[in-house]
Amino acid sequence: MSEKYIARSSAVAERELGGEMVIMSAADSTLFSLSEVATLIWQAADGRTPLSEIVERRVCEEFDVPLDTAYRDAEAFVEELSSHGILRVSDQPLADPPAAGAEPAPREAP
Amino acid sequence: MAAGIFPLPYSTSPAAASQRGVTVEIGGIPIFLESHDADLRALLEQRYAGFVNLAATPSYQFEIRLEPPTQSSGDDARAFKSGSVWRLERGDFRAEWDVRSRRGWVRQSPNPYSIDSVLRIVHSLVLAEEGGFLVHAASGVRQGRAFVFAGISGAGKTTMARLAPPDAAVLTDEISYIRRSKSGYRAYGTPFAGELARVGVNLSAPLAALYFLEKGPHGRIEPVGPLAAARELLRNILFFAQDPALVKRVFESAVEFVTRVPVARFTFAPDERAWELVG
Repeated sequence: MSEKYIARSSAVAERELGGEMVIMSAADSTLFSLSEVATLIWQAADGRTPLSEIVERRVCEEFDVPLDTAYRDAEAFVEELSSHGILRVSDQPLADPPAAGAEPAPREAP
Repeated sequence: MAAGIFPLPYSTSPAAASQRGVTVEIGGIPIFLESHDADLRALLEQRYAGFVNLAATPSYQFEIRLEPPTQSSGDDARAFKSGSVWRLERGDFRAEWDVRSRRGWVRQSPNPYSIDSVLRIVHSLVLAEEGGFLVHAASGVRQGRAFVFAGISGAGKTTMARLAPPDAAVLTDEISYIRRSKSGYRAYGTPFAGELARVGVNLSAPLAALYFLEKGPHGRIEPVGPLAAARELLRNILFFAQDPALVKRVFESAVEFVTRVPVARFTFAPDERAWELVG
């Protein structure tokens, strides 16, 4: 099994609302509300900690769930969020996203 | 009337400026629409009657030039940001607006619909910066409090506006204008009309509640939780641009709104009793 690293995309807006973490993709405006477990994974997605370690140390320690079940669920969650550009996934540790480029000059009216 | 929030310096007096264009003040934000075409100026004065404020110092300024019609207005309007400049376009117009200079231009055929769309986009972008928004909703003021009735086409926006009792003022039957205020939110009248084809009343009031409309046999009001409220509100907010920074601001605005304003689902029978449950 190859290792997975996950990092939160910068193109998202997030906020706790009514006790749930809510995330919106800035790319397609899709809104997600995360369960407690998903919120743990989301908050631990720093690009440097392997997913297996997040699941084992954060999820399995906090919730009474077998490692293989938790990891399978975590993979599905990661796949769902990455398909909307909310999470970045790699088999290598992920660096912070590059800063935005310089602003182009405005055009004249025709 | 309130002066512009970021007054533009007039190169001439307001009286002289009125010979060059029309200042349309919606939501307390005056926008000067300049045109050399006297017929278009007359059209704008008629279209925005009740919202023209000759004395206001404009916050923003657009120069409109007429072009022969090219395409229909059937497409959705789109907005793209490049640096400090927003580029706005639809089949029947193209426009640019520099948020730094607060000036812009519009190229359109001689019709009242193109500039209407430009104004909606500009106001929605301005509001997004301050935590407000335009939303697909009817709204009205009764006893000094504003009520907003949101919903998709057919949900009952026009019906609620039509059924407004004599002591209620209809702010709009189609697009509601929501601004943040020091103590909460205010709803403003807009000239953006729906099926009633009637401009709203130009006044504002503190926002008391947001209702998501649903037609049914019996009147019923049920509170909506913050998550469902945010989800449904976001579906109804007018959104023209996929600019990531703007998406984040609109998300923040919607979430902030539902934590501060009572939100409920309003099932109503379309008769004169509909407004009895409001309040």
